[in-house]
Amino acid sequence: MNILMLGWELPPHNSGGLGVACYHMSKALAMKGATIDFVVPYSAEHPNASFMRVHAATELSPLHHYGFGAYDTYDEITLTREQMDGQSLRDIQARYVAFVEDFVADSDYDAIHAHDWLTLEAGVRAKQLTGKPLIAHVHATEFDRSGGGYGNPLVHEIEYDGLMMADRIIAVSELTKQLIIKHYHIPTDKIEVVHNGLDTESLAGFEYDWHTYRYLEELKAHGYTVVATVTRFTIQKGLTYLMEAAARASEKYDKLVFLFAGDGEQRDELLRLSAELGISDKVFFTGFVRGKQWRDAYRVADVFVMSSVSEPFGITALEAAYYDDAVILTKQSGVGEALHNVLRYDFWDVDRLADQLVAVATSPALQETLKENVHVEYSKLSWHVVADRCMALYHRLRPQLQSQEARL
Amino acid sequence: MSRHGLVLYLHVHQPWRVKPYSVFDIAEDHQYFNGSDGDMNNRAIMEKVADKSYRPMNRALQELLDQYPEFKLSLSITGTFLDQAAAWTPDVIDDFKRLVATGRVEIVAETYEHSLAFFFSREEFVAQVEEHRQRIKELFGVTPTAFRNTELAYNDELARWADAAGYKAVLAEGWGPMLGWRSPNYVYQPPETKQIKLLLKNYQLSDDLAFRFGDKNWSNYPLTADSYGEWLRSATDEGPVVNLFMDYETFGEHQWDDTGIFDFFKGVIGNWAERSDRTFYTVTEAAETFEAADEVSAPRTVTWADTERDTAWLGNAMQHEAMRHLYALEHDVLHSGDDNLIGDWRKLQTSDHAYYMCTKWFNDGDVHAYFSPYESPYDAFIYYMNAIRDLRFRLASDLRIGGPRG
Repeated sequence: MNILMLGWELPPHNSGGLGVACYHMSKALAMKGATIDFVVPYSAEHPNASFMRVHAATELSPLHHYGFGAYDTYDEITLTREQMDGQSLRDIQARYVAFVEDFVADSDYDAIHAHDWLTLEAGVRAKQLTGKPLIAHVHATEFDRSGGGYGNPLVHEIEYDGLMMADRIIAVSELTKQLIIKHYHIPTDKIEVVHNGLDTESLAGFEYDWHTYRYLEELKAHGYTVVATVTRFTIQKGLTYLMEAAARASEKYDKLVFLFAGDGEQRDELLRLSAELGISDKVFFTGFVRGKQWRDAYRVADVFVMSSVSEPFGITALEAAYYDDAVILTKQSGVGEALHNVLRYDFWDVDRLADQLVAVATSPALQETLKENVHVEYSKLSWHVVADRCMALYHRLRPQLQSQEARL
Repeated sequence: MSRHGLVLYLHVHQPWRVKPYSVFDIAEDHQYFNGSDGDMNNRAIMEKVADKSYRPMNRALQELLDQYPEFKLSLSITGTFLDQAAAWTPDVIDDFKRLVATGRVEIVAETYEHSLAFFFSREEFVAQVEEHRQRIKELFGVTPTAFRNTELAYNDELARWADAAGYKAVLAEGWGPMLGWRSPNYVYQPPETKQIKLLLKNYQLSDDLAFRFGDKNWSNYPLTADSYGEWLRSATDEGPVVNLFMDYETFGEHQWDDTGIFDFFKGVIGNWAERSDRTFYTVTEAAETFEAADEVSAPRTVTWADTERDTAWLGNAMQHEAMRHLYALEHDVLHSGDDNLIGDWRKLQTSDHAYYMCTKWFNDGDVHAYFSPYESPYDAFIYYMNAIRDLRFRLASDLRIGGPRG
């Protein structure tokens, strides 16, 4: 089974969950015998990706790529060729398409698997040139990225065209599937839901270092509860609501602190908000975290909150469950379809979240029960399940392909 | 009748900048001030500014004092500067000692830590002024008779305090709304005081030097010693004094050597000294020489960097939070008996820390005016709050006082 995988990032050059999902999905597919050519828009070493061939569509460094990644909604996109300078997102996408056009000329694939709008145009071109089936894998739409706003119309158009042209669509949650049906008018039977998995192997085997967040450990020893979020600070993540709930909860129960692990364009706004609410003392900002600082953020935490306004899936909630956190999710987070032993609230419902935070912090029984039970649930979500579903899909698409060829 | 005169007052200061002190450093690393990073490396900055400003300006002042027996000026030198200079550039302190030894350089009193303690803790404020007085006495053998509060932050209450403490003069910004129709070129009296006089900065003429001198887009660029001397003279035609108050680092650091600032300054002072109808006064002399022309009241605080109501030091919520949490530690820190801890807590009181958290230039989009070693006011706030958390940790873990808070 030869698969052309069109992606935008892979670890360690990822800035978020898209790269993680693509990586583990590809790895699990490779273990099931798939041969994968994975195209990324930049040039870099991918030391742990020897199970597939990674191809660079441009000579740009991932440093350049980082910062206008797959996650933000685009207020401004260069629309005309004249305005392109070779470095803008649209330029890189154009170069990516050109690379894929050349690349497919002398290869033979069973399927083209494109991830999100950034690569959908290339996927459509590859399908046109080769006649091979196109699978559009939707990790997030422009509606999600714009955090409840409309987002960029050009991006919507690219998403719409790609979803129409795709032979099959994989949505990472039922929430995303419904959004695709509602906003892009795609027939329901063209879309299947495949929840993301969790690669426990890459998380296991690390000692917790209590020095990493020593001050927080000290606070815990004095009876404090650590509430954490590990995320990019963008509007999609609903962090201003979390901050307001933090202030509200602290009025009721003082021994709460909040760890905001990550970075993003909303950081300054969040800092200012914490000061205005008078809780800057209770809020800890880490900056961008990787490795130990990233892992230990989950581990020092008692409670993990995913406050997203619109989250197609949300792997970080699985990671939090793995690291024994009690989990609180918005009802607008797809991962909630797979995790049941969690507390849920509507992203705007600051009072309800505040209530839940105080309840988990003040009731050891509730906190322990949530932790224990969610721990059982995450283990059912594995990338092997995802790979099995994808393989089955590739197989199903093949006869269709053969019958098309027979007609020619 | 006394001759009208020039009152030159220069402020010498360096803060202990906090290095990029992250959440991962709290409780692990108690050194907040020894950054290795260029802009946060206090030693490297001290050595750089000594070369660009302190050494050449002290040389220029010494020459002028030797050459013109009438020349006089006033200096305020913060404790945080003296500590850093003593550690890394002791020759600069020797230069200052020689200047003061001429008897024509007055040292002005202030808080040792260049703090805003007056507005948060009167007890702490008094302790810092006393700490500064002792250090000045020990280094220079003089006891100040004039007072300036940090950033010239001034109000009627401060004037009453300084009056009761026996000072003869107090310095403030010659701020429009406070002065009304009055000119800053007179000596005034604050309300409800006995002997103290108020000297007001002529911000027009001071800022011509401090901010505009090297600006090629300024309509008066390039400014010559002759034209500036003419402005000074006309300012003193009616009023008895013209008060030029500015940072000492104006010379060589804010205005670089290549702007011609040093030659310009020598020219201005030389020309003035040669006038028979004019002279120089130190701040205390000016206060003693001239009668108060009127009473001037400042019910609201004014400072020397602000034309608006929101100050650069306590204008936003982050600054208020930072100061609130810092001064909340006062009792525990002072009762700890741990000199290092008290020293670090006091170093964090330096007003520059709050200034670095000022967002008004960011809001105006005028980020070039953001004079700070940090990338943004938000970074400054994060590092500072983390340092406060570490102070709490030290209190709790080493001294069993208080506890970590969040």
